[in-house]
Amino acid sequence: MGNEQLKKIIATDCGSTTTKAILIEYIDGEYRQTIRGEAPTTVEAPLNDVTAGVINAVTELEELARLKYNDPNIKFIKDDQIHLSKPAEQKDIGVDAYVSTSSAGGGLQMMVTGVVAKMTGESAERAALGAGAIVMDLIASNDKRPNYVKIERIRNLRPDMILLAGGVDGGTTKHIAELAELISAADPKPRLGSSYKLPVIYAGNKKARDLIKDTLSKNTDLIITDNLRPNLESENLGPARDKIHELFMEHVMAQAPGYNKLMGWTKGPIDSELKNIPIMPTPAAVGNIMQTIARQQGIEVVGVDIGGATTDIFSVFTEEHVFNRTVSANLGLSYSISNVLASAGLENILRWVPFDINHSDLRNMIKNKMIRPTTIPQLLKELVLEQAIAKEALRLAFVQHKEFAVSLKGAQKKREIADAFSQSLSGETIVNMLTLDLLVGSGGVLSHAPRRNQSAMMLVDAFLPEGITRLAVDSIFMMPQLGVLAEVSEKAATEVFEKDCLIYLGTCVAPVGKYKEGKTALTAKIELPDGEVFSEEIPFGEIRLIPLDVGKTAKAELKPGRGLDIGEGKSQTVQTELHGGVVGIILDTRGRQPFVLPSEDEARVANLKKWMNELDVYPKEILE
Amino acid sequence: MGQAYSAGLTVTDSIVLRKERILPLKGKVLVKKGDKVKAEDIVAETLLPGKVIPFNLANKLGTTPNLITNYLKVKEGDQLKKGQLLAQTKGLFGFFKTAVRSPTDGEVESISSITGQMLLREPRIPVHVKAFIDGLVTDVIEKEGVIIENKSAYIQGIFGIGGETFGEIMMLIDSPEDVATSDQIDESCKDKLIVTGAMAPYDLIKKAVDMGVKGIITGGIDDEDLKKLLGYDIGVAITGHEEIGTTIVSTEGFGNINLAKKTFSLLKQFEGHKASIHGKTQIRAGVMRPEIIIPIEFTAEDLDYKQAKQTILEIGSTIRVIREPNFGVIGKVTALPEKLTNVESETKVRILEAELETGQKVVLPRANVEIIED
Repeated sequence: MGNEQLKKIIATDCGSTTTKAILIEYIDGEYRQTIRGEAPTTVEAPLNDVTAGVINAVTELEELARLKYNDPNIKFIKDDQIHLSKPAEQKDIGVDAYVSTSSAGGGLQMMVTGVVAKMTGESAERAALGAGAIVMDLIASNDKRPNYVKIERIRNLRPDMILLAGGVDGGTTKHIAELAELISAADPKPRLGSSYKLPVIYAGNKKARDLIKDTLSKNTDLIITDNLRPNLESENLGPARDKIHELFMEHVMAQAPGYNKLMGWTKGPIDSELKNIPIMPTPAAVGNIMQTIARQQGIEVVGVDIGGATTDIFSVFTEEHVFNRTVSANLGLSYSISNVLASAGLENILRWVPFDINHSDLRNMIKNKMIRPTTIPQLLKELVLEQAIAKEALRLAFVQHKEFAVSLKGAQKKREIADAFSQSLSGETIVNMLTLDLLVGSGGVLSHAPRRNQSAMMLVDAFLPEGITRLAVDSIFMMPQLGVLAEVSEKAATEVFEKDCLIYLGTCVAPVGKYKEGKTALTAKIELPDGEVFSEEIPFGEIRLIPLDVGKTAKAELKPGRGLDIGEGKSQTVQTELHGGVVGIILDTRGRQPFVLPSEDEARVANLKKWMNELDVYPKEILE
Repeated sequence: MGQAYSAGLTVTDSIVLRKERILPLKGKVLVKKGDKVKAEDIVAETLLPGKVIPFNLANKLGTTPNLITNYLKVKEGDQLKKGQLLAQTKGLFGFFKTAVRSPTDGEVESISSITGQMLLREPRIPVHVKAFIDGLVTDVIEKEGVIIENKSAYIQGIFGIGGETFGEIMMLIDSPEDVATSDQIDESCKDKLIVTGAMAPYDLIKKAVDMGVKGIITGGIDDEDLKKLLGYDIGVAITGHEEIGTTIVSTEGFGNINLAKKTFSLLKQFEGHKASIHGKTQIRAGVMRPEIIIPIEFTAEDLDYKQAKQTILEIGSTIRVIREPNFGVIGKVTALPEKLTNVESETKVRILEAELETGQKVVLPRANVEIIED
């Protein structure tokens, strides 16, 4: 990018509750994140102005920077706004770029349509999710609801915008025209403010454009763009995604209090000229950084952000770096915790718990967390229970992700006609755990677990990584800011991502396949940097933890049991380097595809205790 | 920095309340500023658009969409009576005509010669907004609704189900830790708001519904009972729309939890008084909690409404523990150490020290208490 003039950058993420600011500096030839500050988001009364929270968070940055560098002259704010320095100014004053993401006010909420739910509907959903939206509903010509129900639904939803897709180019126009008529009949109003018309993006059959104009241009703000499914074999999501971002800025953000002002502040040098950098929806920014990393390092990545209300999963798979994002709107650990219980069932939560608990007490505990979402587990048993619930929330969100991330993906990707008709939940997911290189967790329960070993175990139990997979957590959830920063400087974003954003937990090695209990499932010889050699024939159904520090690697020879696979094919020995982390190397021979916990309580509890002890997940007294 | 503790629920013998009573769509306000209203009075009304009924006219006529305009007997915007002729084909020599009649009273919304669809709209549906509380109309928002103010004894609940209702308060218990039984539900409970103590057991709730009890006020409620009552597990706490035949307000949470002493004595003090309650609960964005509102005598000058102020956690503050251990117990803050401290779960948190009602001295995460205003 050649943006060497970037010495100091401020990036903020305006969340629904907190505005988080980070300072990135160019020091000794590299970009590092040096200081962070935060303040409550101020989009609601009495302040009603998002910039107040931004100024507060940046003021904290400023104060901390003055302390850190013992320099009282450092100044980031001038005339009540973030100051972008001019070349002539002294180095203490201002920054070179300011970028921001936002999910305040509930983020971007959309409704999408398609003619066939599993074809154009799915493509439309992918476009909206990829652009960082929450998809409130997918209305398709072939979904089973009668039209009057669809009309009621459209009217009641009040989305920020609608993505109207359907039909391939040149195909029949009847169905898409009917969808437009339903929208027109519902006369939907935008969620924020009634002073503007609801934006509707038309990205369907080209031939139907005039019909759509006739039906919708009077009552909605109609924007026409390229068909996101021009034919059955390809998707072209880019133009629709760009339009969504444009409208997000123009309509949704502009309606949120103070955003007009903030949009004027976000600037950075592009091609040596100070230009506006659009505010990105937070999840879109996370997608951006993940794709950048995957592309630059040539790796496959899964990222998860588990919050109080929702769980977002991002993935980049295949050689084409196909990106997918899903939002599990009602899987979370506070507001939605009760829904995890409802969706997973009590038995699935309890299977991760190494002690007896009265079912009725557990149900009441979960509900009490729902109604008092900010409380934290003081008792160890409650922590174990919350982490058990987290495993189930993550597992369910990942199931949804795998079902959604199926083979037809991304712009211009070609596929055979024969495949097009089977695009469904039929196991054509592109999520391949065996080729996955990096699994990144974030969100309170993963980033702030009292022991990092707990984060590692939650990730392993919920996602069941196969073969060799590096594990990490995003310590302060910096990915959004880095995602929007990548728009100004990819170099700065990726350097900070590598050095400051991720805390590497270590590497998980897990042979795939079923075996008999006790039979050797993995013969591992690992040469540690201090010269020590770990060598063991590990039976099926075990876990081993070998400490290896962050930044260190160990030479490993990994021989799976006959018929088992750790990435190079069945029974194939792998010679590789394993990366360390704050937890270390986890050798997991508990089996994959399937991973099965014993059905009898006694055996299950004994196994859980054994594994948790080995991984040093909880204090010994609870595992005795 | 965000505050570390919960703001706490309001329980007070006297507060000036202000309630916005707004229509879902613009309509007509039926009262004027200065009017005294009763909870059951209708203060505003409007007509919601009727349901849309789409149907495929082309199919019914047995023709192609582009030809339907030739056969129409109505146009967009026309008012309709049920059975009215909408379209009719010309038939053959005047015979074999196909006629399509309106299945409903209403209006022609739109006619499409592309898809052959005709959209009809049913007549508008009247919607009334009641005052909900006895009080004084202090402001009228033209075409939208009113602001009603009063002075009340007031208890905020933590969780509830069911909508707005009103009735007389009736105590079924003698102390905050008692639990009423279904045997206590009889004819005398009809139309009342009954106070059941530390729990409202399932069979009691069932009998109360049968007996026509308007509302149930309880300390705790058991989640399994709730699931049985509703027939489903509540996933996300957005409630208030349930129709189980009564309204339930839980003031403390899930499980068997004693009523807070102050809550109990307020309810006892106002036994026999009329109160308004609702179970509406929303935990995310725009927090809403159930309410028990007991109007008391006031003059217009009393209505000096103050925005709820942020409560501050300080030494001497009365708190309630809102997570195990000691869930539900009341205490007083004795110290607020600044440094982060490890609790049993090894979580590093900001803590406070407190002396509980039981005399026990404890260390608690600040996040696990709520302040009770004295």
